[in-house]
Amino acid sequence: MDFTLSKKHEMARQLFKDFAENEVKPLAQEIDEEHRFPRETVEKMAKAGFMGIPVPKELGGQGCDPLTYAMCVEELSKVCGTTGVIVSAHTSLCVDPIQTFGTDAQKAKYLPDLCSGKKLGAFGLTEPGAGTDAQGQQTKAVFDEATNEWVLNGSKCFITNGKEADVYVIIAVTGKIEKRGRVQKEISAFLVEKGTPGFTFGTKENKMGICASSTYELIFTDCRIPADAILGAKGKGFGIAMHTLDGGRIGIAAQALGLAEGALETTINYVKERKQFGRSIAQFQNTQFQLADMATKVEAAKLLVYKAAMKKAQYQQDHKTSYSVEAAMAKLCAAEVAMEVTTKCVQLHGGYGYIKEYDVERMMRDAKITEIYEGTSEVQRMVISANLLK
Amino acid sequence: MKIVVCIKQVPDTKGGVQFNPDGTLNRAAMLTIMNPDDKAGLEAALRIKDQTGAEVTVVTMGLPKAADVLREAMAMGADKGVLITDRVLGGADTWATSTTIAGALRGMEYDLIITGRQAIDGDTAQVGPQIAEHLNLPIISYAEDIKVEGDSVVVKRQYEDGFHMLKAKMPCLITALSELNEARYMTPGGIFDACDAEITTLGRADLIDVDDSNIGLMGSPTKIARASDKVRKGAGEKFTPDTADEAAKIIVDALKTKHII
Repeated sequence: MDFTLSKKHEMARQLFKDFAENEVKPLAQEIDEEHRFPRETVEKMAKAGFMGIPVPKELGGQGCDPLTYAMCVEELSKVCGTTGVIVSAHTSLCVDPIQTFGTDAQKAKYLPDLCSGKKLGAFGLTEPGAGTDAQGQQTKAVFDEATNEWVLNGSKCFITNGKEADVYVIIAVTGKIEKRGRVQKEISAFLVEKGTPGFTFGTKENKMGICASSTYELIFTDCRIPADAILGAKGKGFGIAMHTLDGGRIGIAAQALGLAEGALETTINYVKERKQFGRSIAQFQNTQFQLADMATKVEAAKLLVYKAAMKKAQYQQDHKTSYSVEAAMAKLCAAEVAMEVTTKCVQLHGGYGYIKEYDVERMMRDAKITEIYEGTSEVQRMVISANLLK
Repeated sequence: MKIVVCIKQVPDTKGGVQFNPDGTLNRAAMLTIMNPDDKAGLEAALRIKDQTGAEVTVVTMGLPKAADVLREAMAMGADKGVLITDRVLGGADTWATSTTIAGALRGMEYDLIITGRQAIDGDTAQVGPQIAEHLNLPIISYAEDIKVEGDSVVVKRQYEDGFHMLKAKMPCLITALSELNEARYMTPGGIFDACDAEITTLGRADLIDVDDSNIGLMGSPTKIARASDKVRKGAGEKFTPDTADEAAKIIVDALKTKHII
């Protein structure tokens, strides 16, 4: 087993690091305070090829692997959790399902523009009554044979890249099916474009963290989309959603990892400079032991995240391979490490850690969501234990 | 159209400068970057490529690890990389370096050669003009802007109190300033391709019309007596005058003491 990164990955990491330092970090505090989506950064990321990293070149992507993509989200999140999730939601939740389940025509229509960053993607599964219980979907899609269209009605909430996206993967109920003697909802996935009549935006969420991320409610009122806007086969939506979230978890795990690393790096610099009782607080054993514990946990999280990304690369070669458990473990671990590390980093900063001018304050707020979205930590435990007890 | 860009891997001075016991730079121990003026020259070439479809080849001379800087350039968009490396070429000063690079360029096709104005490690600004001289090419130095017009280039050349607009027929050589542009980032896909790409390696035997007396340490007329890191300035002296007049007097006295006024 070789834990050394290849030359390609080392170079890619340096690229992401330089970009994050030069283009993302200077804006991080400002966009957080103003709750402003960093459109200018997205344009720069598009130019630098960050919006289609794990997609083959023939589909318009960069032809890199999931590990490179995870490192991109990680490095961006080290300095700005919002910028990390913009790339993650776009790539994992919109580009990936189109690449995996789309028809050739759908791939040709959407992937070049999404991968070049000309268009931004989003994904709508969550509803007010359907969070962890994804089967509780209320949004309906009814096929109108007269016009050969699907008619969408309902709403989605907490949608990342909500109002800024151009292409949305939307999950909706298309009927009922009987499974093992029980009647269940038949769920399908659809591709909906911004500007489609009947598709509007509701309230913008006022969040604790990732404040510059555009989180909106999506509303569908007799929204008509063409018959060929269905993604995958009718009734395959739940599987598509679960597959999409498996991949998404690697992105969020990478975001959490980046937040933890960023907070730790910032704190290491701070404790060397901050003096109390006539010496730097880095000289106190409490500080030293806390740093050691945090660094160890961050490294463990990193190995899980990278392993999940590499397992996903194996899946891309052979679809019989599953990376679901690895992704769940990576997200569970990285998210909880991010919350613990950022909280401890605020504590090591003392009063200054509670002040908005200090990056760790933002990082702690940003870290919390990684334990919640794209499957709460509890859902990850369900996925992992289900695999143990099957 | 074929463009050759000469680039150099230089120490990243942000990481601190380290010396060998003999006073020469300990390059192995220092982080490296693409020389900023060279990067601007590469970006200028890549912009011409974007507009005209020109082929861009990057050339560097150095240790085998200098291939890294070629891969970086290729990850930004250069098509080919050429590494000139050979033990007998080591220790070269500007004369031996330009002789060597010109010897390699004689075997390559080009319409335009772009080099940086100067490298941040040596700061001589000699290699570009010397290459042009060896190859008997017109040269425009200190380029702030480069445009291709038919078979010519139109260059805005920085000058002390203004600028010159110069036009030269290709083939010619231009030396670029880092102010010329803001260089693009590598792309992730570009990195993957660059790492898989073949880099052409040239040695002493591949150099054309080059005499042994003009290469390497032995062919270098420059002898370095001593090299040192920059000397730190003193902490200065602090005054806390009570009035503006008093402050002005302190400044005037200090300037008089140093014979500045």
